[in-house]
Amino acid sequence: MERKAIVLNSKDNVATALADLKAGDTVALEVDKKPVSVKLVNPIQFGHKFSLVNIKSGSTILKYGEVIGEATKDIKVGEHVHVHNVASTRGRGDVVKAAAK
Amino acid sequence: MSFRGYLRPDGSVGTRNYVAIIPTVVCAAGTARQISDNVKGTIPFLHNQGCALTPSDLEMVNRTQTNLGRNPNVAAVVLVSLGCDPIDIDGIAEGIAKSGKPVEKLTIQQVGGTIATVEKGSRIARQMVSDASRVEREEFDDSKLMFGAECGGSDTTSGLGSNPAIGAAFDILVKRGGRAVFSETTEFVGAEHLLARRAVTPAVGKQITDMVLRYEQRFLERGVDMRGTNPTKGNIEGGLTSIEEKSLGAISKGGTQTIQEIYEYGERPTKGGLSIVDGPGFDAPSLTALAAAGSNVILFSTGRGTPLGSPLVPVIKVTANAATYQKMNDNMDFYVDLARKENMGEIGAELYEECLSVASGKRTKAEILDQDRYNGLFVVGPLA
Repeated sequence: MERKAIVLNSKDNVATALADLKAGDTVALEVDKKPVSVKLVNPIQFGHKFSLVNIKSGSTILKYGEVIGEATKDIKVGEHVHVHNVASTRGRGDVVKAAAK
Repeated sequence: MSFRGYLRPDGSVGTRNYVAIIPTVVCAAGTARQISDNVKGTIPFLHNQGCALTPSDLEMVNRTQTNLGRNPNVAAVVLVSLGCDPIDIDGIAEGIAKSGKPVEKLTIQQVGGTIATVEKGSRIARQMVSDASRVEREEFDDSKLMFGAECGGSDTTSGLGSNPAIGAAFDILVKRGGRAVFSETTEFVGAEHLLARRAVTPAVGKQITDMVLRYEQRFLERGVDMRGTNPTKGNIEGGLTSIEEKSLGAISKGGTQTIQEIYEYGERPTKGGLSIVDGPGFDAPSLTALAAAGSNVILFSTGRGTPLGSPLVPVIKVTANAATYQKMNDNMDFYVDLARKENMGEIGAELYEECLSVASGKRTKAEILDQDRYNGLFVVGPLA
C-alpha cells in the first residue's frame, strides 16, 4: 500500500503528508515500527504537516526528532500544523524589538 | 570507480574544458559577453559587482574571481576590466596563472572601447580554445572529483528525499577519498548543533555555531523577522513552516561524514574530505561559492523546480517531488522516489553513477538549455 504520510522520528509530534489528504480521512502511520492511526480535522496538502497528538500552546513542535518551532495556540490531534499555529523561535528580530519597547 | 576528465597543470582534473571570459566589473560584462558570443568553446561568467565596494567586499570579490579562474573546469581565462574599477586584475591574473593556466588581461579604457576590446579578446580566446581543444579526456580515479551541493526552490520533499539522496552521494565520494562542499549558512539556523557535532575538532564545531549566530544576529539587531525572507513564500506553500524545519532538511545534503574545515565565501578548502563554505542561501551566488571552492560537479536539490545552472560547473538537478519531475522535466535530471525512502543508500549509489557520467561529459539539462550564463557574486554590503 502506498504511504499517505510519514513520521520521521519516534520523538515527533507531527507527520508529513505524502499525498493530498481530505478532512475526515483516517491515516494509517508507522511510529517506531508500531501502527498508529490519526483522523484528520483539516484537509492536508501534499508536503504539509498534521498533528499526531494534542499539542498545548507554547509547547515545541518536533520533526526529524528536533525542534522546528513553538505552537502559538492549542493544536488538536489531526489538525493542520503550519504557520497559522506554529512560530519559528529563531531569527526573531521582531520579538526582540517588541520586547525592547 | 573512475571518470574521464581533463588534467590541468596543477594536477586537478576538470569535468569540462572551458575558456572562461570573466568581466572583473559589471561595466565590462557586455564586452565580455560579446567576446564569448564570438568564440565557441568559451563561457562568460557574468555578474553585477566590482565597484563601490567596502574593503572586505572588495577582497571577497578579488579572491572569488581568482578562484573561479582556478576551477579545474577552466582551461584558460580572459579577464576583461574597465580600467577605473577597483578590482585587482593583476593580482587575479597572477593567482590564476600560479595554477599553470594561460591568462590574458584586457582593459577596455586602455584598448579603446568595446569594439576594439571584443576584437582583441576574440582573437586571444580563439587561440586559447584551439590550445584547450587539444587536451583530451583521460581516465581518472573518482577521488579527483569534488562535489558541491545546493538546494533551492525547496519544499518538504527536499528534506525527505532529494537532500538525503545528495548526502548519500556525498558520503560515497568522501569515503572514496574525494572532496565535497556544501554551504548556505542561512539554512543551518536551527540545525547548527547537529553539524557542530560532526566537526573534526571542537574548534571547527564552534566555527559552525558562531557563523550561524553571526548571521542570526543581523536579524535580531535590525528588529526584523527572518520569516520575511526564509522560509520563502514558495517554501511555506510547499509545507515548510519555519527556518528550523527547512534547515533540518537542508543539512542532510551534506551527508554524514566528518566536517573537516570551514572557510569564507570565495575561498578554497585546504584539506580533503567534507567542508563547508560560509555563504548565502540565495542559489545563484551560492553556486558561485561552490565553483570558487573548486567543485567540478554540483548536485542541486529542488522541490518546486528551478532551471538555474552554473557557468563553470555542470549542475545536476535532483527532485523528490513527483509533480515537479513531471511538470518541469525539461529542467530536472534525477528523480528520487519517496516510496524508496528506506533505501537511500541505494538511491545515493544511483545518483553517484549519474555524477560519474556527467563528470565524463554527459550534458545536464541546465547546460543543454543554456541556463548557465549568470550566477553573480555575493557581497555583504555596507550594513554588515
